[in-house]
Amino acid sequence: MKPAAFEYSRPADIDEACALLAADDGARVIAGGQTLVPLMAMRLARPSRLIDIARIPGLSYVRDEGREIAVGATTKQHVIESDPVVRSKLPLLAKVMPFVGHTATRARGTVGGSIVNGDPAAEIVLVAVTLGATLVWREGGENAPIAASDFFLGPMVTALPLTACLAETRFPVWSDARIGVGFHEVNARQSDFAFVSAAAQVALDGDGRCTRAAIGIGAVTAVPFRLEGVAQSLQSQRFDEDKVREAVKAAVADIEPMADLHASAEYRKRVAVTMAARAIADAYQDASGRA
Amino acid sequence: MSVPGKFRFVSSDRRVREDRRFVVGKGNFAADIVPQGVKHVALVTCPHPAARIVSIDKSAALAMPGVLYVLDGPELAGATNMLASGLDTPNVPRYPLALNVARYAGEWVAAVVADNRALAEDAAEAVVIDYETLPFVLDADAAYAGGTLVHEAHGSNVLLDRTFTWGEVDKDFAASPHTFKHRVKWGRSSTVPIETFGVTASWDPWREILDIWASIQMPKYPDQTAMALKIPMSSVRVHYDVDVGGSYGVKRGIKHTILVGYLSKRLGVPVRLIEDRLENMRGGDMHGPERFFDVEVAFDGQGIIRSMKMRALDNVGAYAGRSPFQLGKPVGAIVGPYKIKSVQYQAIAVVTNKTVQEAVRAFGQSPTNYALERTVDEVANKLGLDRLEIRRRNMIRHDEFPYLIPSGSAYDSGDYHTVVDKVLAHAGYDELIAERERLRATGKLAGIGIAACLEPSGGNSSFEPLLNPKVGTTTWMDSCRISVDLVGSITATMHTTSAGQGHETMVGTVVGEVLEVDPDQVRVVRADSLNSLPSNSPVGSRMAIMLGGAAFHAAKKIKDKLVAIAAHDLGVPLERVAYKDGSVYDTTAPDRARSWAELVTMAHRHIHKLPAGMEPGLSVSHIMPVPMGGGLPTADGRVQMYPCYSFEFHLILVTIDPDLGKPEIKRYVLGHDCGTVINPKIVRGMTMGGIAHGIGAALYEEFAYNTDGLLVAQNFMDYLLPSAHEVPPVELVHHETPSPHTVFGQKGSGESGYLGAPAAVASAVNDAVRPLGIVINSLPIKVAQLGDMIAQALESNAREKQKGN
Amino acid sequence: MKVELNINNATHAVEVEPRTSLLDCLRDKLLLTGAHAGCEHGVCGACTVLVDGAAVRSCLMFAVQADGYAITTIEGLAPGPGELSPLQDAFCETHGMQCGYCTPAMILAAHALLSKNAQPTREEIVDAISGNICRCTGYTQIVEAIALAAERMRGQNDPVRP
Ligand code: FES
Ligand code: FES
Repeated sequence: MKPAAFEYSRPADIDEACALLAADDGARVIAGGQTLVPLMAMRLARPSRLIDIARIPGLSYVRDEGREIAVGATTKQHVIESDPVVRSKLPLLAKVMPFVGHTATRARGTVGGSIVNGDPAAEIVLVAVTLGATLVWREGGENAPIAASDFFLGPMVTALPLTACLAETRFPVWSDARIGVGFHEVNARQSDFAFVSAAAQVALDGDGRCTRAAIGIGAVTAVPFRLEGVAQSLQSQRFDEDKVREAVKAAVADIEPMADLHASAEYRKRVAVTMAARAIADAYQDASGRA
Repeated sequence: MSVPGKFRFVSSDRRVREDRRFVVGKGNFAADIVPQGVKHVALVTCPHPAARIVSIDKSAALAMPGVLYVLDGPELAGATNMLASGLDTPNVPRYPLALNVARYAGEWVAAVVADNRALAEDAAEAVVIDYETLPFVLDADAAYAGGTLVHEAHGSNVLLDRTFTWGEVDKDFAASPHTFKHRVKWGRSSTVPIETFGVTASWDPWREILDIWASIQMPKYPDQTAMALKIPMSSVRVHYDVDVGGSYGVKRGIKHTILVGYLSKRLGVPVRLIEDRLENMRGGDMHGPERFFDVEVAFDGQGIIRSMKMRALDNVGAYAGRSPFQLGKPVGAIVGPYKIKSVQYQAIAVVTNKTVQEAVRAFGQSPTNYALERTVDEVANKLGLDRLEIRRRNMIRHDEFPYLIPSGSAYDSGDYHTVVDKVLAHAGYDELIAERERLRATGKLAGIGIAACLEPSGGNSSFEPLLNPKVGTTTWMDSCRISVDLVGSITATMHTTSAGQGHETMVGTVVGEVLEVDPDQVRVVRADSLNSLPSNSPVGSRMAIMLGGAAFHAAKKIKDKLVAIAAHDLGVPLERVAYKDGSVYDTTAPDRARSWAELVTMAHRHIHKLPAGMEPGLSVSHIMPVPMGGGLPTADGRVQMYPCYSFEFHLILVTIDPDLGKPEIKRYVLGHDCGTVINPKIVRGMTMGGIAHGIGAALYEEFAYNTDGLLVAQNFMDYLLPSAHEVPPVELVHHETPSPHTVFGQKGSGESGYLGAPAAVASAVNDAVRPLGIVINSLPIKVAQLGDMIAQALESNAREKQKGN
Repeated sequence: MKVELNINNATHAVEVEPRTSLLDCLRDKLLLTGAHAGCEHGVCGACTVLVDGAAVRSCLMFAVQADGYAITTIEGLAPGPGELSPLQDAFCETHGMQCGYCTPAMILAAHALLSKNAQPTREEIVDAISGNICRCTGYTQIVEAIALAAERMRGQNDPVRP
């Protein structure tokens, strides 16, 4: 299980990385390599050149920009896991990090890598979609922002142009006083890719009523999706499990779930309701715990 | 534990000597052994479940850098004898590389030899093979019925179909007020060691010796290698000092060995094949049993099971590997721990277009235990009896041993009821039931799992003559050689590889026990096959009994010789001397003694002081046959299968999240009785590992195929091995009923845990979902499938209720 | 390509193809065979080494990517010939292994845990090794070894031999 031969380059900056991409159709960017290298080992991916951006200076950071937190593309997942800014400002991202692979893969895997792989079961992707993150790629010396909802096109397919390189992910920060988050996923083994995952973030008023909500479901369809209608329906509501389940059920009625060796389409659709309801319940509870 | 003071070193919690090399990364694994100039093999495998090989174009591959050779099936088959098969099935020939027809996806079609593995893989992609696809069959029932034949010349897909009747089955059925019949399925899984199979062969044409380093666990390996390669066995030197990175049965690798052995001879260079994980999972021939069991039992109103009919239909894959015999070993414990008076057993092995099965931990016993235990549970349910109570009523009682079962094996010893009682007391059975009810009240599904089973141990050959009358093998020896050198150090030699069972520690402990010296002072080494005594490798939970026994007897011979020398030198009769801590003294005058050093010196240098005719030196061997063995089966197929029977009793609590179908093991208690324990750390470890492996077989692991006949679970992302998250803490309850047939009373334990865990998990899950009207008779029980079943049941129950209203 | 690697506090210059994994480089070029290949696709963890103190799968890293990091392999853990680190000794004490194939990686994963967390709970230990598959042990005695080592390292760095 050895990869096919390739050339290796380590550009000095992101523009040079883009230029290398432009110069070679078969080239691919590598950062942490935790998804790409297994594919290469099985020769399911055979890049002619690997452009290693992992150590490009200035691409690994967590920056508090007030309304958004900017996370550099090559920021390692284990850095995010314990980052104090992420913990306080992006509780949903902090919540999912322990579910991303294993300790050893988080030590090499990057936030940007997870985003550009676009795996529908990836937790970071789900958070980006749920919170409505903005992705910024670099191409031809320019930065181009795109909404997460427009970026993910299908399983492992994104809108990233072939000659572009992701530069950062900008996660919106909620300034509401009482924020709570919830995340649930189901899989066979605890650290496997999920069959179904759901994330929720809510803001509550002093009365325990929802002022704002974001809910997303991953691993069920080709790309993670937001439950906009459900989020709306929570407005000014206290948590009511039956109502929430009804709302989610209606919201997923027409989706076309994936099926694979591990879980049927029916399973995914049905359990999506449970996962979302549990994530929302947790989010309410989490928020009400914050005075 | 043992009676304190009974033994000096045996049963004490000593460290395992092998561990020191492993914790520093200095194991000597097959892939670590790299002879100068070695070349690397990569395999070209068939992408279809069945296909005729029309042509093989090697030219592009041969033109690539670093490529030495491309070998195909016709060349290899022309130069070697076909691989040995245990059964008498000459029309199911098998070679390492497919000959004209490939019969499963992943079967090896060609082998590329290159300077390194990456170049070999590059070239393997460039070998162009023209296939003509053929019809295929995957399902055992379909294969049994005929239709598509995997081996045309054989005339059917059936390799083995024998029905044994032991006792008055028809009469017992007729006399029983109740019967119950069901079908259960054991899914295709295996032991999947973390080290794949690896072998390096190096032919020396000047000495005419083929050196082999392999991660092997296989009886008769050098013999079969020599036969297939058409060279004398004295030209095959298998190095047994290779550490094997896990095996639990499957590290057979005979086809790998023939392949690299041939290539090394052909090319005049050392050649190695270290399987990668894909080669290993698809075409390494290491899948385990895949069985349907049709079980019917006859019982009375008290739940006493009088008779059983069991039909086991095993899907062995495309060729007759070792696996059909895995239907034979269970004959030795076909009634489990129960007093079932008569049995009809039909054993069927069919070929299909799946990867070939190999020997897997417990050699067919774990699936059989699962089938039997599922049946006992259902009988209890049918009568409305407690599942525990029914087991108690049927179990053999302590005072009934030795107990002869209908199929001809006498169980050596046991105290099943006591073990059960100890487990219940430890677990707080009533508490456990209360806990289940409490969980159910919170809306969870919860179930208690119960499984009792036996571990036949002391692995013998009896299933060979039973299933293939042309084979007359009636024992599988094991051996030990001990030398005390002229300065008095002790070296014991064993004659097989190990895969983590701690055999060096065991031999050291046993020799130390007998000679009354610190076991750490006993050097233990491994011979190679040219200077070894007979061994049949660590299969069938045999080494504590067989290697332990051989080491014991060899050490006794040393001791007896020392005693004889001392008595002679002291000028007193043999009965008047005694051995203590390495020296020998006159029992009537204890300060008249000969020390270890003096005795060793006499044996090695002072032949004039030895008793007349005594051989000088201190080197002895002992070759041991399997206790209680040696007999051929009777005409109706009764035979003493294995000598010793360990017992285990599992009691577990499982919850299932009804919305997800995800089972979680909340409590796991195991009662275990394997007689005298030689090393508690080792026995505990193997038992814990066996449970984890059994949990895998019950809940996670399956070599799943799609309808196109392709293996879809062929890497570690789809074939799910339990991680530390999935294995709960296990509480071990120990009991010790010594075996009368072994030197310390020990029995086997290499398969413990794995034998009962799948049955226990299945029992618990069924107990949990029974209130919904669900019965699950198939392993593995996968999360999403279980979730779908629960959802359907809830829905139809709701509909029923509505209708009722 | 030429690459300079810092392994166990020594610098090694090696010539490798870009496609050579760090695992293969360690084993084949530097003869550090304590890192093992189990799956070569990033699941089993048998190839674990430490990169700047963090447990990492060496089959998922190319050797050409590994310059400039402090790499620790199992060979770098024992304090001297015939001497064991407290963690290695604890694995011997509880018999936290059988075949030994997953063992070096387990010990390195545990080493990374204990260097960040001197008093891990059972859950934390389980989580830290959950990316390392052991087929032999069922993990019980491995978890015990790590807990024992943590306990001893908090006390004195002087494992006692019973
Ligand atoms: S060999 Fe690297 S994770 Fe399995
Ligand atoms: S000790 Fe054998 S795989 Fe862990």
